[in-house]
Amino acid sequence: MSKKMHIQLTVNGEAQEFLAEPRELLIHTLRERLNITGPHIGCETSHCGACTVTLNGKSVKSCTVFVAQADGAEITTIEGLGNPDKLHVLQEAFKEHHGLQCGFCTPGMITRASKLLEENPSPTEEEVRFGMAGNICRCTGYQNIVKSILAAAAEMSASKEAAE
Amino acid sequence: MKDDAGVTREQRVEALGGMGCKRKRVEDARFTQGKGNYVDDIKMPGMLFGDFVRSPYAHARIKSIDTSAALALDGVVAVLTADDLRPLGLHWMPTLAGDKQMVLADGKVLFQGQEVAYVVAKDRYIAADAVELIDVDYEELPVIVDPFESMKSDTVLREDLVAEDGSLPDGAHGPRKHHNHIFTWEVGEKEATSQVIDSAQVVAEETMYYHRTHPCPLETCGCVASMDKVNGKLTLYGTFQAPHAIRTVVSLISGIEEHNIRVISPDIGGGFGNKVGAYPGYVCSVVASIVTGVPVKWVEDRMENLMTTAFARDYWMKGKISATPEGKITGLWCEVTADHGGFDACADPTKFPAGFMNICTGSYDIPTAYLAVDGVYTNKAPGGVSYRCSFRVTEAVYFIERMIEVLAIEMNMDAAELRRINFIKKEQFPYQSALGWEYDSGDYHTAWDKALKAVDYEGLRTEQAQRVEDFKTGKTRKLMGVGLSFFTEIVGAGPVKNCDILGLGMFDSCEIRIHPTGSAIARLGTISQGQGHATTFAQILASEIGLPADSITIEEGDTDTAPYGLGTYGSRSTPVAGAATAMAGRKIRAKAQMIAAYLLEVHDDDVEFDVDRFVVKGAPEKFKTMKEIAFAAYNQAIPGIEPGLEAVSYYDPPNMTYPFGAYICVMDIDVDTGEVDIRRFYALDDCGTRINPMIIEGQVHGGLTEALAVALGQEIAYDDMGNVKTGTLMDFFLPTAWEVPNYETDHTVTPSPHHPIGAKGVGESPHVGGVPCFSNAVNDAFRAFGLRHTHMPHDHWRIWKTANKLGLHG
Repeated sequence: MSKKMHIQLTVNGEAQEFLAEPRELLIHTLRERLNITGPHIGCETSHCGACTVTLNGKSVKSCTVFVAQADGAEITTIEGLGNPDKLHVLQEAFKEHHGLQCGFCTPGMITRASKLLEENPSPTEEEVRFGMAGNICRCTGYQNIVKSILAAAAEMSASKEAAE
Repeated sequence: MKDDAGVTREQRVEALGGMGCKRKRVEDARFTQGKGNYVDDIKMPGMLFGDFVRSPYAHARIKSIDTSAALALDGVVAVLTADDLRPLGLHWMPTLAGDKQMVLADGKVLFQGQEVAYVVAKDRYIAADAVELIDVDYEELPVIVDPFESMKSDTVLREDLVAEDGSLPDGAHGPRKHHNHIFTWEVGEKEATSQVIDSAQVVAEETMYYHRTHPCPLETCGCVASMDKVNGKLTLYGTFQAPHAIRTVVSLISGIEEHNIRVISPDIGGGFGNKVGAYPGYVCSVVASIVTGVPVKWVEDRMENLMTTAFARDYWMKGKISATPEGKITGLWCEVTADHGGFDACADPTKFPAGFMNICTGSYDIPTAYLAVDGVYTNKAPGGVSYRCSFRVTEAVYFIERMIEVLAIEMNMDAAELRRINFIKKEQFPYQSALGWEYDSGDYHTAWDKALKAVDYEGLRTEQAQRVEDFKTGKTRKLMGVGLSFFTEIVGAGPVKNCDILGLGMFDSCEIRIHPTGSAIARLGTISQGQGHATTFAQILASEIGLPADSITIEEGDTDTAPYGLGTYGSRSTPVAGAATAMAGRKIRAKAQMIAAYLLEVHDDDVEFDVDRFVVKGAPEKFKTMKEIAFAAYNQAIPGIEPGLEAVSYYDPPNMTYPFGAYICVMDIDVDTGEVDIRRFYALDDCGTRINPMIIEGQVHGGLTEALAVALGQEIAYDDMGNVKTGTLMDFFLPTAWEVPNYETDHTVTPSPHHPIGAKGVGESPHVGGVPCFSNAVNDAFRAFGLRHTHMPHDHWRIWKTANKLGLHG
């Protein structure tokens, strides 16, 4: 067991401060230490994307990030995207278009999609498929996930136009 | 017609959200917000973590295990080995297939990754450190990874199955031919089939390997065992597709009385067959919790999941099919060599050691057939589960759908036409197959014609012929394949008279409680792993009992509250538990009818059910809604009727259901890179009555994608030393959004005549029908160049090799 480090994080807008072994993986910090269990563990090798969070503005697989590397970071998980009173447009779209089945990939999928739509607010289907290729779903065959994301993009563009 | 509230009948139907509507899923609110509750989300005070020392060798004797350094590590609570489990009789456990399996290595290991010791520590990091500190001294033994070699080898894999005098005691399925042989299972008429084939004018033969793969749900297997020593109760949370069966098994092997065991399947992150069986991790966690008196969690990582828990397939299938010169099939012969790994842990109904492989006559009227399956031990992981299929149906359908293609090549016939002239005709149902099944209903010709028309089949063949010409003249390097598949599934296991697992009849159950204010809870013996049971079972009930689906809670997975059932796999939830739900609903309705008649002051027979109420016959303005009836059941003393409104049904299905479908895939294949581009995939499914078209479509998309994976690259591969070559998601192919096409879905509806609502089940059809469809497309692309058959998985490298062997690289 190695010496513990002093770590500071901001997770979903809340400041967190604790001592942790540097080898602790960020996904375990979130799930075990902070009880943020939306992000899941599917592969431990960065392939499946179930653990996807937004870390300092980038989509990151938190299963292969040491908490030491994340010191000082700002992190958003699925829990920070919407709440029961006001769901994120993507959360609504996934429900509406049957973009999920077992739900295990869903938090990572939606978290990644939220970043994708920030980077590219009006993606083509091809761009969605490419941009989501780091997130694996075993249930849906992706067709309705892609549909959900395109619908959310349209919805977000429409409300942005309305606001302008 | 409008009733007194100005609401039309149609509006009342719509308000129920019953069968046939595209009801949105009630599960999604929690899943989209990251509030699902999966097994690894469960935290209990004082909870410890378990982790395994696993064998790096595929076959080795264990000379010693030194746990001292691990035990000396701060935070390590215990280390279990077979020696610790032996006094409890838990160092071995029974498998679902009538064999037994080591929980922890008892003197030797039989596959790479086998469980050798179980560490219990304060957190998962300490447990992982301790695993590294355990020193196991192995003596390597000869490794066998080929079932044919195994049947010839002098090396004995399972000494425990050889008597002291060297004789071979019978296995669970009869006599054994060799010390590495598990069983022979024969169905059909051997002599007659042999005669028909030997004397036939046309015979096609082919041997095909259906490679080993893995269901690989995104969530791996795991559990939390919590033994409360004060009240003697064991609570076991876990990724169980069959929670009640797990409770019974745990009771039988641990000696804890069943009423003192509560098994809970929380949300499950996909199953696909991987979570049917009982694994050493469950047993060790239970023992560890009993020993330590605190909860113990075990969750496998992905590599452990792929290497050790429940593989699928691994069938070598040798076929012969005979026909008249006109193409009418006269006989089918199928010999299977099944590689079951080190222990026979197949998940099949007891009387079916090769599952429903005897559905291999497919959708065709084949008068004579014979099937023989030999199960064989090798140094590979145990398992043999139904990966998104009903007990080896995927193997059976792949076999027949490839044999049809091979026969078409042999006869120089169009494969679509060959299918058409051999389909079982609509008027032949119920149809008795040569290998012993009674198909309930079907209209194959209608489905086939609809599918061929939808894709302009003749146009595709014209285009394909042109492509071949263009290829030959150097205008293109891409070939075009048209994949056909017409499948008949056999699901909904099953009738208790011939279907049981470990002696437990494969019925299922539903219990309904109607609350006084007109809402309800229904509990079932099944457990959803993404199928959306909370949504669809409420729809069945809404239509049956006339209360809105939104007012009905569906609960599954807690053995303390749910009625006994055999769980969710083999597409059995809708055919069996769905039937139980309808039948329990009808019991509710029968009592409601009596209450309504009392309230309306007429005879029971003078009221009839209408959507959400009972009306007086001929006087629809006189009625009592189900909501009113529910309240009356709790607040009125009705002569001759007990208070309350509850019902339970245990449904023993009279027969299996036989969903079917027609799939067509169009792909382009780059001859120089082996890459495939799926241009079009059309899927027509007939699953009988359709409960929720949105969910059906989602199931079809998902099943087809798993089929694409299996056909085009997914495999559990071993090297000669028994090393798993595909133990991570880097090597084990799971398609991403980038590789997957958009699918076109379609349907016909041929209800099951014996199911209360006519539903047949759909979750596995797309996988069963999809695998041969993708594979046939690849094979078909090369047909013009002389290819008869090439084995799956058709990854780019293998396709390139096929093209190379055919001389297409110049």
